Amino acid sequence: MIRIDSVTKRYPDGTVAVDNLSLDIPDRAITVFVGPSGCGKTTTLRMINRMIEPSSGTITIDGKDITKQPVNTLRRSMGYVIQNAGLFQHRTIVDNIATVPRLLGWDKARARARARELMERVGLDASLAKRYPYQLSGGQQQRVGVARALAADPPVLLMDEPFSAVDPVVRKGLQDELLRLQDELGKTIVFVTHDIDEAVKIGTMVAVMRTGGHLAQFAPPAELLSAPADGFVEDFLGADRGIRRLSFFSSAGLDLLTAPVVAVDATAEQIAARASKDVPYLLVTDVDGLPLGWAEPDRLTAGAVDTSRLLPYGRPFVHGEESLRAALDGAVLSPTGWAVAVDAGGRVTGVVSQQAVGEAIRTAHAEGRSDEKVAG
Amino acid sequence: MSGGLFDIPSDLQNSYWGLVGLHLREALVPVAVGLVVALPIAQLCVRLRWLYPPVLWVTTVLYAIPSLAFFVVLIDYTGQTETTVMIPLGVYSLVVFVPAIVDGVRSVPQETLDAATAMGLGPVRRYFQVQLPIAAPAIIAGLRIATVSSISLVSVGMLIGNQGALGNLLHDGQIYNQSRLIWLSVIGTAVLAVVADALLVLVRILVTPWMPRGGRAPRPVDEPEPLTAALEDATR
Repeated sequence: MIRIDSVTKRYPDGTVAVDNLSLDIPDRAITVFVGPSGCGKTTTLRMINRMIEPSSGTITIDGKDITKQPVNTLRRSMGYVIQNAGLFQHRTIVDNIATVPRLLGWDKARARARARELMERVGLDASLAKRYPYQLSGGQQQRVGVARALAADPPVLLMDEPFSAVDPVVRKGLQDELLRLQDELGKTIVFVTHDIDEAVKIGTMVAVMRTGGHLAQFAPPAELLSAPADGFVEDFLGADRGIRRLSFFSSAGLDLLTAPVVAVDATAEQIAARASKDVPYLLVTDVDGLPLGWAEPDRLTAGAVDTSRLLPYGRPFVHGEESLRAALDGAVLSPTGWAVAVDAGGRVTGVVSQQAVGEAIRTAHAEGRSDEKVAG
Repeated sequence: MSGGLFDIPSDLQNSYWGLVGLHLREALVPVAVGLVVALPIAQLCVRLRWLYPPVLWVTTVLYAIPSLAFFVVLIDYTGQTETTVMIPLGVYSLVVFVPAIVDGVRSVPQETLDAATAMGLGPVRRYFQVQLPIAAPAIIAGLRIATVSSISLVSVGMLIGNQGALGNLLHDGQIYNQSRLIWLSVIGTAVLAVVADALLVLVRILVTPWMPRGGRAPRPVDEPEPLTAALEDATR
């Protein structure tokens, strides 16, 4: 555990970057520092590897004061990932990744073998090993940055806005990849970002900081969304925190209807049997069960469904795996107002109406509130 | 042997190729020494920002001193020797090297330095393993200018008594009224400069395989491509 104890950073000109900060960073979890620029989040991160020394207060790792060991030994025990990756442009990808193992005295062959292993782990093609950074895209460079930080298998990973400079699609991919890696590796990750969505998505614990280096709230993301400590945190979370909070409720509890689902090769009798007053539309799937689109029952002609005239089905959600937010999103996007539930293979498992999703949200919130009461 | 294209008057006590060798030595030794001296000066200027403007000023003023003035002062100490010619050349090279190295080292992106520091590279390792290699193209660019100008400047050494290597031929060409000697001097110097410059370009290419070059494939764009992006936008 990294313990930050009454840490203050005051610069000679009087600016206070971090003001009497105390918090415990749990092991094997992702702790995110988030806040507007000038809130001291990067300063805090850099005090952990002593790139910045605190003016007062102590930082300990597993009870040991970090100032009690040689600074470079401390730093080599912590991976560091930075915005724009900060790769060594004059070294090949494999040698970039091998940097810390080489510093630790590994021989070249072993360090390179380890680097290649990590390239695979972070999803980089082995053919990139001998390339130079300029030959890689921003997203690939960031993956190299992560691999380089992991090279010597440090217990701690410090990440300073690592995904801020890549476009949103790539960023989402890198975030998912980080979560997957974390499942495998279980590092103690300290992550700095200004993006509250990123914080809520990847954080096990989120520390919201405000300008002047004050800690506004330190809580798991779900709690942050349901019970912001004050107006600042609430504003920072944004207007749609209610919707975002749905990300923390599983869609598993939704009751799916299977009746309004017909295969494209269904007979007229089957279609007639499926049609009912409650469900104004039927979802047509192909023979493998993949969704094709919605149709009004009386427009369906058995054996000859005109797939080009089907209504779009929006974005299906993976039942049980994705959250109520995805289910609600699916229902809102579908012109029929019904969300399509699929299994991991994309095959339809049922449909659910906006009303039913709304029901589930109300239930989840009620349970969430009672949970919080129990927890509090 | 008389009448040969490369025959040299006996007062120079050297063959043409001997003069070429001498010319190279007188031109390149000061450049090498200048580079070695400039490295620590430049590093000081990078570390202590306030030092850079005065250092730049001093090197520029030194550059403005005519070589003849240098010779007059130096002759009392080093006599009519090669050293007297080489000292001003070495001093002149500083005006090129110091800014080239400072700019090169400063061109290393802050995040690269931060990453190096965070990975536990101390100041010495950071300098030799990160800053200097990344500054290499700028340093070699400075080296090219310093080398070419040094090769052309050596000729003035003839003023202090036949210490100008190929430049001595200019003088002999005049007193013996032989334009052949003048051509040998001028073309020889030019060829040396061009060849030395070409070699340095080659060195640059060899030591910086990491630099983007014209004609290579452009930097790849991140997958996933437009289709995925459009899907993401559509469902956002």
